[in-house]
Parts: sequence; structure tokens; C-alpha cells
Amino acid sequence: MIVLWGSNARETHPIFFHHVLKGIRNGARLYSVDPRRTSSAQWADLWLGLDVGSDVALANAVGREIIAAGLVNQAFVDHATTGFDEYRDAVQPYTLEYAERTTGVPAEAIRELAHAFARADRAQLCWTLGITEHHNAVDNVLALINLSLLTGHIGRYGSGLQPLRGQNNVQGGGDMGAIPNKLPGFQDVEKDAEARAKFEKAWGTPIRADYGWHLSEMFEAMERGELTTAYVVGENPAQSEADQHRAMKLLLGLEHLVVQDIFLTKTAEIADVVLPASATWCEAEGTVTSSERRVQRVRKAMDPPGNARDDIWIMGEIARRLGHDWGDPTAEQVWDECRSLSPMHAGMSYARLEELNGIQWPCFDENDPGAQFLHGRLWLDGDEQGPLAPISVVHHDPPVDELTDEYPIRLTTGRRLDSYNTGVQSGGFSSPMRRGETLDVSPEDAERHGLQPGERVRVTSRRGTVVAPVRIDTGLRPGLAFMTLHFPDDVATNLLTIDATDPKSGTAEFKATAIRIDKLDAPAANGQPAEDATVPAGAGAD
Amino acid sequence: MDLHLLPASATDEERAAVDGILGQPESGWVGGSRTELDGHIARGGRAAREQRHLLLPVLHAVQSRVGWISEGALGYVAQRLTIPPAEAYGVASFYALFSTEPRPKTVVHVCDDIACRVNGAEDLCASLEREFGPPGSDRDGATWLRSPCLGMCEAAPAALVQNGSLAGHDVSVGVARIADLVREAGLGDPSEDDAPYWRSETRLSASMQRGGSAGPLLTRVGKADPTSLDSYRSHGGYEALRTAVALGPEGVIREVKDANLLGRGGAAFPTGVKWEAVAKQPVRPHFFVCNADESEPGTFKDRVVMEADPFAVVEALTIAGYATGSEAGYLYIRGEYPLAHERLRNAIEQCRARGFLGANVMGEGFAFDIELRRGAGAYIAGEETALFNSIEGKRAEPRNKPPFPVTHGVFGKPTGINNVETLLNVLEILRIGGPAFARIGTPDSTGTRLFCLSGCVERPGLYEIEFGTTLRELLDQAGGVREGRALQAILLGGAAGAFVTPDDLDLRLTFEDARAAGVSLGSGVVMAFDDTVDLVDIVLRIAAFFRDESCGQCVPCRVGTVRQEEALRRLADGRSNGGTGADLALIDEIAQVMRDASICGLGQTAAGAVQSAIAKLRLFDGAGSR
Repeated sequence: MIVLWGSNARETHPIFFHHVLKGIRNGARLYSVDPRRTSSAQWADLWLGLDVGSDVALANAVGREIIAAGLVNQAFVDHATTGFDEYRDAVQPYTLEYAERTTGVPAEAIRELAHAFARADRAQLCWTLGITEHHNAVDNVLALINLSLLTGHIGRYGSGLQPLRGQNNVQGGGDMGAIPNKLPGFQDVEKDAEARAKFEKAWGTPIRADYGWHLSEMFEAMERGELTTAYVVGENPAQSEADQHRAMKLLLGLEHLVVQDIFLTKTAEIADVVLPASATWCEAEGTVTSSERRVQRVRKAMDPPGNARDDIWIMGEIARRLGHDWGDPTAEQVWDECRSLSPMHAGMSYARLEELNGIQWPCFDENDPGAQFLHGRLWLDGDEQGPLAPISVVHHDPPVDELTDEYPIRLTTGRRLDSYNTGVQSGGFSSPMRRGETLDVSPEDAERHGLQPGERVRVTSRRGTVVAPVRIDTGLRPGLAFMTLHFPDDVATNLLTIDATDPKSGTAEFKATAIRIDKLDAPAANGQPAEDATVPAGAGAD
Repeated sequence: MDLHLLPASATDEERAAVDGILGQPESGWVGGSRTELDGHIARGGRAAREQRHLLLPVLHAVQSRVGWISEGALGYVAQRLTIPPAEAYGVASFYALFSTEPRPKTVVHVCDDIACRVNGAEDLCASLEREFGPPGSDRDGATWLRSPCLGMCEAAPAALVQNGSLAGHDVSVGVARIADLVREAGLGDPSEDDAPYWRSETRLSASMQRGGSAGPLLTRVGKADPTSLDSYRSHGGYEALRTAVALGPEGVIREVKDANLLGRGGAAFPTGVKWEAVAKQPVRPHFFVCNADESEPGTFKDRVVMEADPFAVVEALTIAGYATGSEAGYLYIRGEYPLAHERLRNAIEQCRARGFLGANVMGEGFAFDIELRRGAGAYIAGEETALFNSIEGKRAEPRNKPPFPVTHGVFGKPTGINNVETLLNVLEILRIGGPAFARIGTPDSTGTRLFCLSGCVERPGLYEIEFGTTLRELLDQAGGVREGRALQAILLGGAAGAFVTPDDLDLRLTFEDARAAGVSLGSGVVMAFDDTVDLVDIVLRIAAFFRDESCGQCVPCRVGTVRQEEALRRLADGRSNGGTGADLALIDEIAQVMRDASICGLGQTAAGAVQSAIAKLRLFDGAGSR
């Protein structure tokens, strides 16, 4: 059994979805939990079309039903988890009837999902940004983890939790410490003094024992004037951040902005210094780490063009100009340093990575084959088991951007097969499937507002207004609209989105915006004529 | 499945036709009207995809109600069954009885195949052309088309009136005259010409054996009422199933093996061995399929049995299901047999109502039911794996073997499959016992055999003879060549068989004698041609038949059948490239490639009759024979 929860993998992870299709062909059942009936959901045995932001309510109701029906894997829960009793008490109010009222999904369908998941021989619970781009992202994830722990669908062949990553090396970025609270190998900056000392010794410099800022906090710090300089590597925050007006204003207000990228992105366009980098998949040596924690070698096939440079070289050169000579290390030497400091990578020499076609961490020494299941340990006994897995109490918390009579339609965002994020990497290639940005609405809403396909309408949220052509999508229900972020130069969707952010993960609530749709010939809310309600220049309309 | 549907939508009539088979759509997602609930829940996936096997019945429903299958109708079908529209189109366009282009609802299909050719089919076609215009042209909502063999060779020339305006459904017409066809098409005055003609309902007695006494296979034909289970039982029906239950599945298989029964569909495989292999498969469920897709030109034996003794087919298939541990049987009948289809439908319904089919057959504690599936005009569907694909709702393209049906048959499960006549023999085996059956005929060809006599014989029809009878004796039973004319050649075994000459009349009709003579009994076709027949024309028609019926899946057959026909036409017209010898050599080479490299029996035998005609009849010895 495969559950895609908040994931349109058919379009966003097409290679992964090939494997899903193979599973389906081999008899796997597919369940889809998504506000939209996406092309992935169309493959599902059952699609549960929940209201945007009601994931915790649905998950808790599934958990409650699993408990009420006596389908808990009690042996596993007793052996490997903590917090079951508190969880059981906390989900008591999440009856099927409550969940039906809160999520819109018929109680019977929720019950069916609960029973199918609990009774499945093997079950995968996969999610993407539909779970994490919310103001309560971490709660959403915990709510799903709870379901796997209740049923023991974890750490076994064919059973597990799959957060589907958006790029080939998102996992690797976190593993290497490109997060504000961890050193490479997930060693805690604040709590793990021993690890800190190890890095200080190796690097010959003290490390501050407190957490840094994540991206959303950085923008808040810019707002407070505490952050005045930014060095942006391979990211396009000028267009990818929620509430684009604000993001643009803050970036423009920086004293100094450096962008290191292989494209001249919108962010690069406003930077003081642009450092042309190499394409890491073909112009540089190194490793990437996939969603399944598999570290793989990347080999250089060609030199970067013009003055573009290898990222290691660029960083070394900056260090040199700042008075620190790091020498001229090869990618392998950098990697070997990482292995000496990050225990979970210790056994992954280039030679072994080559020989084994990649290794899944943790891999503690050169005899360690790596770990096929990250949480297989939970099934073991004694010391081998490690810390027990907590079942967490989380509660439903609706989206921040409330629906009102003024903003009655829920806009959610996502991606399409032919394009990637802000289009920096995909916009340069033509695709017969690409049709530009549209405001997708249900047939019912189109009729109610008298909208024709292709008609340009004004879309307004509490933060901004954009104009976009209408597309009718039967996968949407009344009151639900959809846009992508793929064409920010044409339609700056993030002018609409809210920057309400999960305090724990730092992700913004891209998935839930309250909007209003107006015909262009109707007067704008602020009394200006419609023609003026175009994309502000600051969003890169030039 | 994420379907990409075309914008065309189905008409109310098309939707009603589809819903008549599938029921009303359950939600807006499968073509119903959108409700609020549809915004929050959708079912589909496996359950929807598993309905794929209903594709042919649904297409039949649309075709017969509307007269053709429009883009909108196909889109609705695709949505209801979760089939990509392109694939649904691939299926709809595969079968001859379906039209994906607008055409008149009533279509007169006129057989211009070999048996009808020597019985005035071309004259009939000429009359139709005068009456209707060229094939396909619309005259007041009716049209006509040429057709390959319709399996009514004993009543040549034959026609099938699809959606006949007079009858309201499909009707077979034998010994067809132009006035009959105009009348069946709903044109002309019904009272104008009431001279007798053969509608399939009325001609049965005429097509039975006309000389000698009926053997065990035809014992009830013409005696029992084919529409009544009680009549069937009063003629010994369902005694064999009782015997089978008393023997148990293994006992039945033992009797069939003792009887040394060989398959009558053409391949002559030992039936008991096949049944035992299916019964032993650990994978469940097992299926048993009755191959009633009789389409070999010149063959009509199964049609006569199904029309005249349908309950026997049902009983025999039930016994096969019981012996092989199958709970579900499929009876796949060719689309051009409307009366046989109706008789079997009625028989199955009655047997179900009376407990001879269902969850507890005859109260004996085993389950078996039969699904009747109608083909839609495709010779290749008679190939067993193509037939499985057709049941599954796919194009009837043969599969590669191995794996064989015994392990991977219909729906990929262990499947037994037998021809109608083969199954019918099992009733006799259980009546008299395997060893007694084995004493009939010769040691290697046990029992009796049905032969379809047609062409230029005096009394065309179905003849049951004991194995070992000579071809001459059989021909004599049918009154010999009509009007006392001289015999020129006999086509033995059908279009996939071989020609024999008057010198071969002492051939004993057994599997072993046929094999020794380098011919095949095939499906029991004995088609005689007198000295007035242009055999080159017959050979060209056979070549055209294979070219038309090749499914196109594998290259040797797809290309080979075309090249074979081209070379024959050049020879016939006396305009061979590089001389007659070069084209004859080319034909030999094509035959070799098709035999060696085709996926299925169609390609492997597509050159057989042509080769024998060239070798035995020396058709092209004088180049430019026409």
C-alpha cells in the first residue's frame, strides 16, 4: 500500500512515480490525500480530498480509528515508542464525524484509509510540500509519523515514511550542516559540546554554541536591521519567498548582497556581486545524497564555461581574500575531512562509494554496508535499539489566512510536470506541455463568477494582487483555486502568499492563501481602475 | 490512471448504451453529474481498471444501438473503464464489426469468401452494387460490405445483416438472394416477395447431415428443442455431468486420457493432458474457456452445434470446469453468429436459473458459471492467446508462447481452452467410458469427427463420421460433386489447410494419415471445387483473406501476407518481375519466413494452402494463367 499525502508525485517526482506505477502494476494499492484530485490522485484506489490545512485533523482521526478498531500494532508500540497513552487521550475528540466536518472528507473514506493502512502487510507513507508548506508543518509531519508508529509501518522492508525531496541533493544539504542548528552529520550545535569541540579542533576556530537563523528568520532579522549582508548560494529568494513584495524590499535594503549561482536569477540581478558557479552535476566532482540517504558520487564531465568556477574554489578563494588560506583541496579531500568529523559518513570513502554504487547513511566505518532502513533499529533490542520513538500529541490548527466574505476562495500552490520552482532551471527549455501561469478554478466557481477559460482576471489576497488567465480544472472543487510559482516574471504568485511561518521548520504557508477573484472590468477594491492592477515592477515585471 | 480525454462528449443514446452494460456512473469522476461529494472523494484505481474486460461488451452495445462508435462515445467508455482513449480506439478499430466512422446503422455483410464464391457470391455483390451503390454507400440508412467467411458455407451465398431493420437485431441469411437482403435491410416491401429464403432460424434441419445416420455428437441435433433445458434433459442431457461428479475431477481426467481424445480445433493436442496440467496448477483461480470463435473459412460445425444443441456445450464446459478446478468459464463465440449467441445466452440463463450453473452446481457442492463473450469480427481471435486478450478487452493480438495458457492464460491465470467440438466429445466419453471411446475410430484417432462439406458438393452440410473413413466415402455421403461434374480439387482443413486432388480421395481421414500425407484435417473443412472453378481466383481470395486478417503485430506475417498476395497477383496476371520462376521462388521464401518466424499459427499457416496449390495443382506452370 502506498499513501501519497500532500504529494502530486506524478508531476513533481516523475522518476519516483515510475516506481510507484511499477508497484501498482504489481498489485499495490494507492491512496491519495490531497485537496486537489491531481494526476497522481487519478491513479489512486481512493482519493481523499481534504480541505487545505486540515491534515492534522484527518491524521488524528485516522489514528483514533486505528486505536478504536483495535488495529494498533501493540507489540511495536510497547517495544519501540513512548507517549502512546497521551496520544490516545489527545485524539479522543477526533472522531470520524468531527473529521468529516473539519476536512470535508466523508467519514467512511477516512475509516477505509485507517483500516487499509493498519491492515496492510507493507505500507509506505509519502509526503511532499503539501504537508510541509504550512504554518504548522512540523505538526503535520509528526501527525503522519504517529500513524506509522501506531501500525509499525516503519524500518521494515516495504514499510516506512518517505518525505519526497524536491532536488537530488536536498538531503545532502541538510546532512552537510546547511541548516542553522546542526553541524555536518546532524551533530547539534548547541547541545553537543563534544562534537563542537571536535570541529573546533579540526577547523582551528571557535564555534558559537547557539543556533543560527533559518531563512524566514533571516528575513525577520533583515526587517529588524540585524542582518545587513547576505551570501546566497543556489537559491532565488527574490522570487521563491512568500509575500514577494516584502522579500524584495528586504533584499533591496541589504547593505551587501552576494549571489553564487549558475544562472543570473532575479536575486542575482539585484546583487552587488555575482559569482558564476559550476553546474554540480556535470562540471564538478563531489557527492549528492538522495531521499533514501544514499550518498552517490558525481563526476565531472566538462569544464564550466567562461569565468564560472567550481564552488569549492570560489569558497576557498573568498577565505583566502579574508585572510585564511585553506589551500587548494580536491572534492575528495573535502569529503574525507567531512568523514573524519561526521561519524555517520565515516565509512564512505570514494572507493567504497564507487564500488557499492553509493551507500546509505549511517555508515560508521569501512566495513559497514550502510543502513537500508533508517529506523530498522527500532525493532531491535537493548542498546542496539537506541532511543525510543516518541508518539507526539499534535492538534488541528487551521490556516492563518482565514477565509472571509471578502477573501472567500482558498488558493493553494504547487508545481507542474514541465516546470521547476521559479522556472530558473526549467524556463530555458521549451516544453510542449507548458502553458504558462494560470489561475486554476473549479468549473463551478468559473460559472459562478462568469469566467471563461483564458479570460484574464484579477486575483487579490490580503497582501497583493496579480492578474492571471483562468483555466478550468475539474480536479478542483468549489472554493479551491490553484496556481504555480513557475512564471514569476509573468504572474508573481508569491505576491499573494502569506509569510506565516512554522516556527520550528521555518517553512512558510505557501499552501493556504485566502483570495478573491474579480473580473478585470469590475472596479478594483481600492477604487483604482482595473488597468492599474498589474504586477508591480518590484516583482520583476521588467 | 490520468486519462487525457478528448473534448467530444457522448450523446444521451451512446451513454444509455454504455450504462446499459455498466450501470449508472457512480460519481462525476466517471462521467456522472458532479456532486458536492465528488470534491472530496473519488474511487477508482484497481477496481476501475479491473473492469477493462467489459470493453468489448460495451463497444458492442454502442455499435448495435448507434450503428458506429463516435469519439464522444469512446471517450465516455474510456472514462467509465479507466482506459486511455487511444487504447480504446485501438480496440474499437481492431474488430471488423465495429465502425469508428459514421456509417448506416444497418449493414449487410455479404460473404465473398471461397465457399460462397463458387455459389454465386460475386453475382450477389453485383446485384447489391446496383441496388445500394458501391460497398459502404448509404441507401436510406442501410449499406453493404464484403465480408470474409461468415461460417454458413452449407448455405452459400451467405450474408449477415447487422442491426437488420426488419428484425431489429443481427440476422444471418443463407442462400441469400438480393430480394432477401433488401427486405432484411428494411428496404423494399416485406410482403412483396415472400418466397422462402434461409434466415438462420429456419435453415437448421437443412444443414444437418443428409446421408447416413447421425453419430453421437449430433445425436440431439434436430430432435431436442434447442431452447428448452427440459427437452435437453429428456434427451439424456446432464447425465454426463452426473457421471463426472461421481467420478470426481481426477476420474474425469482419467477417462478423457483413456479415451485418447485429441483436440478438434486444429492442433490435435491431447485433451486429457491439457486438463490434467491445468488441474495441477497451484496458482488460483483457474479458468476454462470454450473457443467458439470458429472463423476458419469453410468451417461451420461449431455454429450448427451451438444453434441446435446449445445445452450440450454448456454441460460439456461445466464438466471441463469441474475437472480442472475452474470456477469460471468463458464461452467466446464469434460475432457473426447471432442465432448461436442467442441460443447459448438462453441456455446459460436457464441453466443458471435451474442450478446447473452457479455457486452450487446441481447441489453437488462445486461452483461454476459461464460468461458468454461475443467476438466482433476478427479471425485471429480464434488463436487461443489472442482470444484471451479479446476477453480481457484488448486487441486480439496473439501472445508469445511460452508461457502457455496452462500456466498463464486469461487474466494471466492457469487456463484450459478447448474447441466446441472437442468439449462435446467429453459427453460421449463419460457416457460410454474412456476405453470404449478409444475403440471407436483408429488407435491414434479416436471417436468421430465433424466435417463441414461445402463448395461444389451435391448436399453441403455437416457430416459426422468415424475416424478412418476415406475422403471418397465422405464425399459420396454428400452426394459427390454436384450435377455430376468432375472434381478438380478439394480444400482440406480450411484456408490454413491444404489442397488435395482427385488422386488423394483414398486418403483415410485420421490425424495420422493426414500427417503422413503432409496435410491437416484442421477444423474439418472439406470444400470441393468442380472443373468449372477458377482455382487461381480461389487461391487469390485465400491470400487476400490472410492479408486482411493478419493482426499486424509481427513483421513476418504483416509483411509476408501482403507480399505473398502481391506475388500471386503478378503470377495470375502474367506480369511477374523477372519471370514466373522468380515470383515462385519469392513465394517459397516468404512462406519459409512466415512459418519460421511468425508469433502465432495464423502467420505460420498463411502460406500453407497457397503452397499446396502451387505444388499440387501446378497452378502457375503455364505463366500468365489468366
